[in-house]
Amino acid sequence: MNVIIGLEIHCQLSTETKLFCGCSTDYRNDEPNTHVCPVCLGLPGALPRINRKAVEYGLRVAKALEMEVLEESEFARKNYFYPDLPKGFQITQYDRPLAVAGTLEIEDDEGHAKSVRITRIHMEEDPGRLVHMGGGDRARYSLVDYNRSGIPLIEIVTEPDLRSPQEARRFLNKLRTMLEYLGVFDGDREGALRVDANISLEGHERAEVKNISSYKGVEKALTFEITRQRNLVRRGQRIARETRHFQEARGITTSSRSKEEEHDYRYFTEPDLRPLRVRDWLEAIELPELPVARRNRFMAEYGISLNHARTLTGDLRLADFYEQVAAVDPALAATWVADTLLGELNYRSMGIGSVPPDRFAGLLRLIRDDAITDRGAVDVLRIMLDQCSRGEACETPAEIVRRQNLGKVTDDDFSAVVRRVLAAHPQAVEDYLSGKKGALNFLVGQAMKETRGRADPKAITRIMVECIGSEGGF
Amino acid sequence: MVSERDIEHIARLADIGITRDEVAEFTPQFNAILDYFDILDQVEGGEPPAPDAINVWREDEVLPSLTQDEVLGNAGASEDGFVKAPRVM
Repeated sequence: MNVIIGLEIHCQLSTETKLFCGCSTDYRNDEPNTHVCPVCLGLPGALPRINRKAVEYGLRVAKALEMEVLEESEFARKNYFYPDLPKGFQITQYDRPLAVAGTLEIEDDEGHAKSVRITRIHMEEDPGRLVHMGGGDRARYSLVDYNRSGIPLIEIVTEPDLRSPQEARRFLNKLRTMLEYLGVFDGDREGALRVDANISLEGHERAEVKNISSYKGVEKALTFEITRQRNLVRRGQRIARETRHFQEARGITTSSRSKEEEHDYRYFTEPDLRPLRVRDWLEAIELPELPVARRNRFMAEYGISLNHARTLTGDLRLADFYEQVAAVDPALAATWVADTLLGELNYRSMGIGSVPPDRFAGLLRLIRDDAITDRGAVDVLRIMLDQCSRGEACETPAEIVRRQNLGKVTDDDFSAVVRRVLAAHPQAVEDYLSGKKGALNFLVGQAMKETRGRADPKAITRIMVECIGSEGGF
Repeated sequence: MVSERDIEHIARLADIGITRDEVAEFTPQFNAILDYFDILDQVEGGEPPAPDAINVWREDEVLPSLTQDEVLGNAGASEDGFVKAPRVM
């Protein structure tokens, strides 16, 4: 049974001010109800004024998604009664949205390129934030913070072109990366991207799952919903066409009381705002280098693999970071950023933003110049990251190497170590000489232990064989 | 024609409780208002004028917001800086 998924993605645009008033959008660390004014509170007589930057940002997205911008678009009132909407309506766009008919290319589950059609994008204001006191269904009352009320959103609506939760996640990742490259969206802001998903099994009714607020949540909510719907079908029951709520903490969806029908919203043209005629701005909008172009350039300019290029360009800040350290040695830098650094960051739940590029470049130089072994370099990296995550001043890699005595051991130092090991294990040496080659591994292991991993095992082996050979034992 | 059912539906959308008596009272009032709009519709040149302006903007510049006290001064009830509202789900 085919799975059919369409998404509605709400993204907060990273403007300085709200969509219709001059209140600052930088509210996350502030007290509730301190970024509000008569306009975003819906006080009588207050009039909205459109933020030009928000429209420009919307058009950038429209251009990147190869959409058709309407000759004339307009705002509309969507009427519903809920405490998160102080006006009793939300200013949104209805039958004349900013742009229609775009595409975004992703990979399907078999790794083949696939186009996902974008139905439309429209602009709207974010509602306020509700906190239900008493928890879940037993809430006694709700608290409302209007700081979020009026933050500019674009809603991106896809056609039902997605076929699995994994595909939906890949689509979202790709979209998020693109929005960040366009400089219109900051994915690190909590709640900056929220998703509603329409999901059905082919030939059955669809459910709309609301309240998905994380990238991982999308895959989880969809996977749960598919299982739920399959089980209903298996038992011969009917799937109800309904709205369901994703309960992030429990990883399930629950039926929510049916809200208004579409016609109950009584949409009409917003009388306080003039229409938009912005199609001719498109030409002047210069798109920045987008992820696929940057990936291809990374491969051409730095000679790195497709996999590395894909990983490095999958996040705007990561790609910028790589370019700041690539000069040391592009291939070495790609390996250390994509394979080692990312893993260490994930392990610590740190972002690339907390790593000083000059320090990391210093570490790469030590590796390139053979001043430390790979293992020593990982130790230095871990010490640096621990310092960064504690907010301490980060030592230079050279300082850490000196302090921790992590420098690579030279050939002369090796010989002394090897001699000591051979003297301490005469039986193993004899075994080796009598043809038991495995004994050599044991001896090399002992020597590595003595150097605390700072030596290159190949070099140790070479020196050990020389020693045993030249001294007819030792 | 607006029926009593329509009045009940509109009251539900607005989350307003109204009595049977009020439904009976409001129904003719709604109809009287709509009848008046029918009269307005007969006015010559009653078409809405074409928008006299398009692309009216403000720049993306931060302006002062109200203080929390000013904001909550308009709220019926508040708690910890939030507006307190009846339970909604």
